Amino acid sequence: MYSDKVMDHFQNPRNVGEIPDADGIGVEGNARCGDIMKIWIKVEDNRIVDVKFKTFGCAAAVATSSMITELVIGKTIEEAEKITNTAVAEALDGLPPVKMHCSNLAADALKKAIEDYKAKH
Amino acid sequence: MKTVYLDHAATTSVRDEVLEAMLPYFKDSFGNASSVHSFGREAKKALDTARETVAEILNADFNEIIFTSGGTESNNLAIKGAAHQYKQRGTHLITSAIEHPAVLNPMKELEKEGFTVTYLPVNEQGIVSVEAFQNAVRDDTILVSIMHANNEIGTIQPIAAIGKIARERGILMHTDAVQSVGYLNIDVDDLNVDLLTLSAHKIYGPKGVGALYVRKGVQLVPQIRGGAQERRKRAGTENTAGIVGLAKALELAHREQAAVVPKIEKLRDRLLEGILQIPHTRLNGSRTERLPNNINVCFEFIEGESLLLNLDLKGIAGSSGSACTSGSLEPSHVLLALGLPHEIAHGSLRLTLGRDNTDAEIDYVLECLPPIVERLRQMSPLYNG
Ligand SMILES: Cc1ncc(COP(=O)(O)O)c(C=O)c1O
Ligand code: FES
Repeated sequence: MYSDKVMDHFQNPRNVGEIPDADGIGVEGNARCGDIMKIWIKVEDNRIVDVKFKTFGCAAAVATSSMITELVIGKTIEEAEKITNTAVAEALDGLPPVKMHCSNLAADALKKAIEDYKAKH
Repeated sequence: MKTVYLDHAATTSVRDEVLEAMLPYFKDSFGNASSVHSFGREAKKALDTARETVAEILNADFNEIIFTSGGTESNNLAIKGAAHQYKQRGTHLITSAIEHPAVLNPMKELEKEGFTVTYLPVNEQGIVSVEAFQNAVRDDTILVSIMHANNEIGTIQPIAAIGKIARERGILMHTDAVQSVGYLNIDVDDLNVDLLTLSAHKIYGPKGVGALYVRKGVQLVPQIRGGAQERRKRAGTENTAGIVGLAKALELAHREQAAVVPKIEKLRDRLLEGILQIPHTRLNGSRTERLPNNINVCFEFIEGESLLLNLDLKGIAGSSGSACTSGSLEPSHVLLALGLPHEIAHGSLRLTLGRDNTDAEIDYVLECLPPIVERLRQMSPLYNG
């Protein structure tokens, strides 16, 4: 039911872990199934230079978390803010319809991390 | 790749002996059992023999067995059929919170029609209390439906004790025995039941065929309308090959039970002990009042679908009550009925063994599983290990 890209990111998730001296941290719970993602961002000169995540969730949640870290690295804060859940899903060659809500987890956690960064800086 | 099938509570393969018994009824002996000619008589004879076999194993009479399209239909016929038949006597029904959807959904439908349903809770061991049942009984209670053994956590319910009280109070007793066949005693007199559901595909028979035991004197409103088959209780040309397969599968399961069950239980115990070595892991449901082939555990801090997919990549087939695997995005109602919080129910894994599993397969699972759990935990924001 999952695309090869989803399975790849699920099996080999990129950027798993934590950033101890992160500039922004976002935690998001999925209202529909109760899953959780936490994301850490490191920002230099308004650009995201490092990002790490941890996710408690299904394969789609893990894959979208992994994919969003890849999409976001090197982007400016303004560019990163524009990343939508559908963009993440598309980058993974799509998600099954019942799993589309899972991609909100990553997009919303990232938004929260950026808000956290902005509040602190 | 090596594959290890540990999802026998979902379904089983058709055994060679069963397939062999079925094959003639697809092509050579293809007659319609209702026909007068020799082709029809041949099919009728096969149905009679199958009915005789099933009746004998259940300690029932020939006329008390109705063949259906499976466990789901048998449950619908038993519950809706009895409720509609006896609604003049009363409109209160009793069941449990951990029933299969094939019982819960007919119950919900009856509620919409004006029946009242009591859903008995289970204790943290996953067992319905006989006392709670007794307290739930009302003067207008007409039917109780409690499963013999649960399909998710394998817990065995006190059917004989509940059935005894039900009989004293003039209440019909149905049990869904789909999961217990081949593992537990399914003598309908020992169990004190009036209605009992069977399905072939959990016991190495074909999918899409089942049976309902209906005690003599119990009337049911048919749920499928048509011809006069199955003593007018279930219309439709009989699935001769399927019914022959069901009878053969049941016969083999019954005959081999004493020899096969201890072997499966030994493997199950070894697998369970190994799994419980993994930290932050708990068994769901009673350790003792439990089907001998069932394991259902929760690994804290991880999610079931991720676990299942990782196991699948190693060729290991299991199942989970996780919200993410459910389609409805709700965690298993059975695990929630045990009192487990959502996030724990999320990390559930069910492994159900069968007659062909081997020691080497158990070793393989015990080798693959701990690193997968550890890897997923390392990825979990809830885990600080
Ligand atoms: C306890 C229980 N009841 C009913 C069913 C439904 O049986 P069937 O698949 O034959 O419709 C199942 C299995 O799916 C089951 O485990
Ligand atoms: S995160 Fe729960 S279904 Fe995807």
